[in-house]
Amino acid sequence: MANTLKKNTPSCSAPEAQVMKGAVTYSPRFDIWEDDDELVLYGDLPGVESGDLNIHFEQGDLKIYGKVAPRNANVELLYGEYGIGDFHRSFSVSEAIDSEKIAAELKNGVLTVHLPKREAVKPRRIEVTS
Amino acid sequence: MWGIRWQPLNVADWSNWQHDMDRFFERFAGGGALRRFAQAAFPALNLWEDSDRLCVEAELPGFELDDLEIVVTGGKRLTLKGTRKQAAVTGGVWHRQERNFGSFERTLELPHDVDAERVSAEFKLGVLTITLPKREESKPRRIAVKIS
Repeated sequence: MANTLKKNTPSCSAPEAQVMKGAVTYSPRFDIWEDDDELVLYGDLPGVESGDLNIHFEQGDLKIYGKVAPRNANVELLYGEYGIGDFHRSFSVSEAIDSEKIAAELKNGVLTVHLPKREAVKPRRIEVTS
Repeated sequence: MWGIRWQPLNVADWSNWQHDMDRFFERFAGGGALRRFAQAAFPALNLWEDSDRLCVEAELPGFELDDLEIVVTGGKRLTLKGTRKQAAVTGGVWHRQERNFGSFERTLELPHDVDAERVSAEFKLGVLTITLPKREESKPRRIAVKIS
């Protein structure tokens, strides 16, 4: 039985044929931070290429969708402790955001989204003159 | 004077994380498809093999390669160590903190002897893949039966 094991390409991480399994979507974990100028979201999206990331902001709804290329879909796992699938998460943002200036970056599987506040809603220090 | 004790991330935190994810998976998969994913320590690992090698994969977003350590002991024990550091921010407020930070260590008994000298690892998009070539003596061998 042991010699029926598949002979794979040279390393474990070599790309495999695309296999579409039953679509499972995971909700990624996020941290949200705010200061006077902006809201910043940090999310864990391992395995997502920046080109496969879709961020949509409309009327206070932020939708994040990350497509994950199938990995080890053709193998029989000896241990399987996690599943692999696309990531999806939505947030409602009550602050007035300058949607033109939204910026996002993806590094080592972590997504950072900057949502700058509109000038009008930023706190302003009022100078008191006497 | 108020004493503020900083509590480093411990195993219990990661376990809770796993527990939460478990519940999530069950709800999402309707309690069916993903039941087979047994949860243990952090990080969750997937392990598979082909005739020449064992493959171990872990999702480690936000880790830097320099902060990861992979050790093979005695040809059959794999230890992973790592630290995830939080982005430094000044002022402001956190509205939500679902992600964990700190150090982990996990040891795994491998089902085959591997050649520690030839172990290689790749870290890409926050996914760590370790390739562990099997030792010759633990590879499956086809025995030719001669008819005399």
